[in-house]
Amino acid sequence: MHHRYDVLVVGAGGAGLMAALYAAKGDVSVACISKLYPTRSHTGAAQGGIGAALGNVQEDHWEWHMFDTVKGGDYLTDQDAAEVFAKDIIDAVYELEHMGLPFSRTPEGKIAQRKFGGHTRDFGKAAVERSCYAKDRTGHMILQTLYQQNVKAGTTFFNEFHVTDLLIEDGRCQGLVAYELSTGELHTFHAKAVILAAGGYGRVFKITSNALTLTGDLMSIYYRKGLPLEDMEFYQFHPTGLAKLGILVTEGIRGEGGILRNDSGERFMERYAPTIKDLAPRDIVSRSIITEIREGRGVGRDKDAVNIDLTHLPREVIEGKLAEITDLARTYLGMDPVKDLVPIQPTAHYAMGGIPTNLDGLCLSDGSGGTVEGLYAAGEQACVSLHGANRLGTNSLGDLVVFGRRAGIAAAKYARQVEYPDMPETGDAQRESVDLFERLRNGSGKENAAAIRKELQESMMNNVGIFRNGKDMAAQVDIIKELKARYQGVTVSDPSRRYNSELIEAMELGFMLDCAEAMTASALNRTESRGAHDREDFTERNDAEWLKHTMAYKNLNKADDVIIGYKPVALKGFTRAFEPKPRVY
Amino acid sequence: MTQTHAQASSAPVSASVPMLQLKVKVLRFDPEKDKKAYWTTYDVEAQAGDRVLDVINHIKWYLEPSLTFRRSCMHGICGSDAMLINGRNRLACKTLVRDVAKSGGTITVEPIRGLKVEKDLLVDMEPFFDSYKAIMPYFINESPAPAAERIQSEEEAERMAHSSNCILCACCTTSCPIFWVNGSYLGPAAIVQAHRFIFDTRDEATQQRLGIMNQNTGVWRCRTAYNCTEACPRDIPITQLIEEVKRAVMYGQA
Repeated sequence: MHHRYDVLVVGAGGAGLMAALYAAKGDVSVACISKLYPTRSHTGAAQGGIGAALGNVQEDHWEWHMFDTVKGGDYLTDQDAAEVFAKDIIDAVYELEHMGLPFSRTPEGKIAQRKFGGHTRDFGKAAVERSCYAKDRTGHMILQTLYQQNVKAGTTFFNEFHVTDLLIEDGRCQGLVAYELSTGELHTFHAKAVILAAGGYGRVFKITSNALTLTGDLMSIYYRKGLPLEDMEFYQFHPTGLAKLGILVTEGIRGEGGILRNDSGERFMERYAPTIKDLAPRDIVSRSIITEIREGRGVGRDKDAVNIDLTHLPREVIEGKLAEITDLARTYLGMDPVKDLVPIQPTAHYAMGGIPTNLDGLCLSDGSGGTVEGLYAAGEQACVSLHGANRLGTNSLGDLVVFGRRAGIAAAKYARQVEYPDMPETGDAQRESVDLFERLRNGSGKENAAAIRKELQESMMNNVGIFRNGKDMAAQVDIIKELKARYQGVTVSDPSRRYNSELIEAMELGFMLDCAEAMTASALNRTESRGAHDREDFTERNDAEWLKHTMAYKNLNKADDVIIGYKPVALKGFTRAFEPKPRVY
Repeated sequence: MTQTHAQASSAPVSASVPMLQLKVKVLRFDPEKDKKAYWTTYDVEAQAGDRVLDVINHIKWYLEPSLTFRRSCMHGICGSDAMLINGRNRLACKTLVRDVAKSGGTITVEPIRGLKVEKDLLVDMEPFFDSYKAIMPYFINESPAPAAERIQSEEEAERMAHSSNCILCACCTTSCPIFWVNGSYLGPAAIVQAHRFIFDTRDEATQQRLGIMNQNTGVWRCRTAYNCTEACPRDIPITQLIEEVKRAVMYGQA
């Protein structure tokens, strides 16, 4: 089937839903394509809050938020993006409240705020209450509220449609091809502008807080066109995932006063971040936990976790403001945070890198100002780059609404100004998608996709995880090559057309292999330690050589080869600039 | 039909953790080739702390690739994987093996009831979301918004705590005997959503909402069977919320 919309949004999480709302306000026809029902999107899994300098609890200013974001990103954050963000997020949070979002409240009836890692007052002096929250279900409330508003606005949704290809010719996006899960039919969507907001790719790692569906589909499709992925080496491990399972336990537990303890009960963060202790940014806390474990101070059967201690907090706080994680600990570990120490370990959580964009979400085709006309990206899929080398907690939800909104506005404005681009004939448009499925359905290989995926996840965890070195990453490059070769031997055994989820999972594995390839090549190339990218063989940050963004391109002329380019960091905002300094807390 | 042994555990194998031997009996149906649904039993090994979804994923990945179901987040927040597990509506990712079987035991898995089965455990969710959309599931306040937030007390916010916690998984609605016999009943999930707005002090459309709840597809269909409350994976006291909506309809105010 053939469809035509002025603006197409891919993904129905926070960024996609915000983009769809704002594109529709721009007086253009809009449709949103999602591989899930919108309310299944992983924005709903975010817990602790959305940071904005409202100052409802303590004095706060957008400049302090901007500074924390830049420092948190280990100065790789583009400061123009950080300034736009820290200002815009204040109004954006009020806008969410005006949409009905049921925030928790202060005694005065204002939006409640709590402390969060790396968010400080007065440029690093002490932790500040900046995270606006709805218990520990903030992402759930944002997702529900934005979906509700789209129902109100009458947004057209194509649910359970998997994008298989982007149509880009001569630097101009023409639309895309998508596979309808319920029928097995390929659809061609013709558009003036396309916004990509389909989330991250945490499933390349074994222990992750990410949904099974977060397989980097659109990043991979972009990369397959020879277009760059930015800063893929910067991947955040959230310090507190439930032990063995990786299920997210919000940083809000530490914001409310929770304490990390090793096997002897020591509050070990005092040694690593003397000023803000347990509220240090995530990269630092994750490394501290792994160091404790490596040095034999872990807890649990395999001594591969540490404890989070909430037992000194009142029951009402734990069961009220932290209701979600209390339920998770009770359900999955049979432990009650009111009286038990809960074992946690770092879990792969968030891609700082992704599809490079400018401040309006327009996709970049190189590191020197080239763009893909008509193609936009926002949210975790995109790299604007707000988060630099390490994202602060709460800034992902802020990113979704601020940059989802900007992309929606910009795409609608563009769509109003241009005619529909030329579109290839359906056969030509769908050729790559048809070929992909033909190979997966009609191959003769006997490889099992799940087995390859498992090897990818385990090897990425071991070789490109929290602590990295050249030797392990070089080995991982070879492992990925081998897994890609074996992937060519995957054949889908289920012949059915309708709801063929085996076919989808096999396709997604191909996307994951691409993301892992770009990530490993970028990480191996960067011979310094910065933010979440920590190398045992290059332990220092090296601003002289590496204060620049990585741009990883698939070499379309040579299999398994990644070409690395660079893009300068915006070291100044519009009115404020923060000079790179050593990052201590 | 019985498939061969395999190990489903998502956790690393450790000698100290005993593996349970399980039979997993799944109701399968593919309208492209089957006249009616049939049971298939798979033999698997799992740890007591594994999720039922880990076990079902394992069957799909290594034993029966065509087995079809929805899943995403793996920890009870996305609402994709509502299934009838041992005769009760649950989320497969929020149900642990130890909660439903002992070693040597059997876990039965069927699609949720009252919605058309599309393939195996996957049902047509459109009627469910149609009911959701029918209750005006969005905040309405057309008065000019203040520059900052609208003020709401902690107590007022707490009135929405349960109803705003719904993840639209359909465990409640598809466990409701009234919904099974009368698909036009909006069902407990839609009423929970209505509750969320009716009891929001900032919302201005209370009368319209109460009018929808007062229609013959609304709250009066509820016969307080409590199935919904028992089925809810988020521990929402659904029957109580429905009663609150009934009272609001009766008195014409929230």
